[in-house]
Amino acid sequence: MDIIVCVKHVPETAEAEIKIDATGKAIEKTGLVFDINEWDDYALEEAVRIKEKFGGTVTAITVGPEDADSTLRKCLARGADKAIRLTDTRFEDSDGYAIAKILQSTIKSLPFDLILTGALAGDDGYTMVGPILAELLGISHATMVKKIELDDGVAKVNRELEGGLEEMVEVKMPMVLTVQTGINEPRYVSIMGIRKAMQKEIKVLGLADIGLSENDVGEAGSWIKIEKMFVPSVEKQAEFLKGTPEEVSAKIAEILRARGLI
Amino acid sequence: MHFELNEEQKEIKRAIKEFCEKEFTPELALELDEKEEFPMELYKKAAKLGFTSMRIPQEYDGQGYGLLEDCIVVEEMCRVDPGLGAAVSLGNLMIPDVLLKHGNEEQKKKYIPPLARGDTISAAAFSEPEHGSDITRMDTTAVKSGNEWVINGSKEFITNAPVADIFIVLCQTDPNATPSHRGQSIFLVEKGTPGLEATKLKRKMGIKPCITGSLALSDVKAPETSLVGELNKGFYYALELFDETRIAVAAQAVGMSQGAFERAFQYAKTRKQFGAPIIKFQGISFKLADMAIKIEAARMLTYKAAWLFDQGRLDPMATSMAKAFAGRVAMEVTDEAIQIYGGYGYLADYHVERFHRCAKITEIYEGTTEMQKLTIINRLMKTM
Repeated sequence: MDIIVCVKHVPETAEAEIKIDATGKAIEKTGLVFDINEWDDYALEEAVRIKEKFGGTVTAITVGPEDADSTLRKCLARGADKAIRLTDTRFEDSDGYAIAKILQSTIKSLPFDLILTGALAGDDGYTMVGPILAELLGISHATMVKKIELDDGVAKVNRELEGGLEEMVEVKMPMVLTVQTGINEPRYVSIMGIRKAMQKEIKVLGLADIGLSENDVGEAGSWIKIEKMFVPSVEKQAEFLKGTPEEVSAKIAEILRARGLI
Repeated sequence: MHFELNEEQKEIKRAIKEFCEKEFTPELALELDEKEEFPMELYKKAAKLGFTSMRIPQEYDGQGYGLLEDCIVVEEMCRVDPGLGAAVSLGNLMIPDVLLKHGNEEQKKKYIPPLARGDTISAAAFSEPEHGSDITRMDTTAVKSGNEWVINGSKEFITNAPVADIFIVLCQTDPNATPSHRGQSIFLVEKGTPGLEATKLKRKMGIKPCITGSLALSDVKAPETSLVGELNKGFYYALELFDETRIAVAAQAVGMSQGAFERAFQYAKTRKQFGAPIIKFQGISFKLADMAIKIEAARMLTYKAAWLFDQGRLDPMATSMAKAFAGRVAMEVTDEAIQIYGGYGYLADYHVERFHRCAKITEIYEGTTEMQKLTIINRLMKTM
């Protein structure tokens, strides 16, 4: 079973202070800590578990600058066998469609039975790359996957739906599955893993290597252009009532009555 | 000169950071600080990932890295929690080091791999009730009787004693040797050997999850094969060990300082008084700047000492400088952290008081600050 995992190197933004940069179209990245996208982390773990059960290889692929090597090394340390980084200054400003094209142009020449990736990326949250990649490769896909059972060329996968529901679908291989968090418990990076990862090479490919043209990638090759990025203005929702308790309670009653709530 | 960690060292730092931040939870830290219990499950988990056997060669199931990489791991553990960090970083204290240098192949194969894997815990029994900094004479004796040695005496302040599976014990084997330290030897003693009894020392000031104990040895029989290295060389082996472990203690101190600093820094950014975050007041912000300076200086001394060791150029003066300075910095920084927290800092639930209580030990164990200064001045007197 040869598995490809598409991963993204993203800033950890959950607890960081986010500022918009000078272009007004992106966030200020200085001072942010980057790591593997959380959803991709689960996808990688699932891939390694499948490999441990059925044998085969796991290849981690990312599109990104040199810094993204640390995310690939993390994948290698956790059990991936190979790593590929696709990088070119012309890849900048690519949307999910352009990224999917970049990935597809590389993946089509690799042997694979299964492609796993996160259901979404924690930074832009588009959920686009997985399904578009599947379409470009002409293979089936399932999104928001919470469980994978492989059996002779098909997979039974549980998909997460709204309202706490799950559905089980049968998908034919080869396929793309986009993984939801919680599908497994990702392992820690071990020192033994780091030692192995440092001995493995990260293959670096650019635009010329993958057979695409300048117009296929970056802003030119994208469907979506970012117009503006901004922090939504904070609206004043709270009104502080002043006065004696009697006055305040009378005002509250008045407001509730005016809105037809009592 | 090169002042940056390499890629591999950065990966190690990231891996241990991620592990500690998830596993060394504040709840566990508070619970074990109160219960004074060794975090066995946590220790085994860390060991399986290789974090407790950094310096043990791969052929003995260790990771085969140097002391600098070990220091990075120890520092990070103590940054996240000083008590759990001390406990986990001291689980296989000294035995692998002494056996690797002086043990025979049989001893190495028997004892080192299980320690590296975290299946067993070790303890080094040097200090005695009457001999702390001064181990030039041991009251614990080993007397040859036929094919074995019979050990009698007591040991004090032995890290891991109540939870250890294997001990090294420093004994006086030649009571008439002059000077007396030329008559000391080290023996391996396994848990459960008749006559060996460990008692837990309770109510320590800090590093409470790191269990310390007293050891009573009464007619403990040690076979000829349990002697480590040569007879009557034990004192020298012990001193050598301290030169290594001292650097790791300096790393503990740096980690504790960094952890308390980061907490105080975050607190100062969010705590508002007089209408502004307290970090806006120079009385507070200058404290934080001073803390950052001291920590960086302590870290550089520690990394330099570790680097020299890894280059095969162990420098006892560099080691002693790192330990004495990092220990003092840990006390000062954790003290200031409490001050920045004010009244909240005095409460256990806000964690910084634990950093302060734990920091004190780094000025005491593995050679007090005074002993470090003695090393430094003796060296300076010889060379200047």
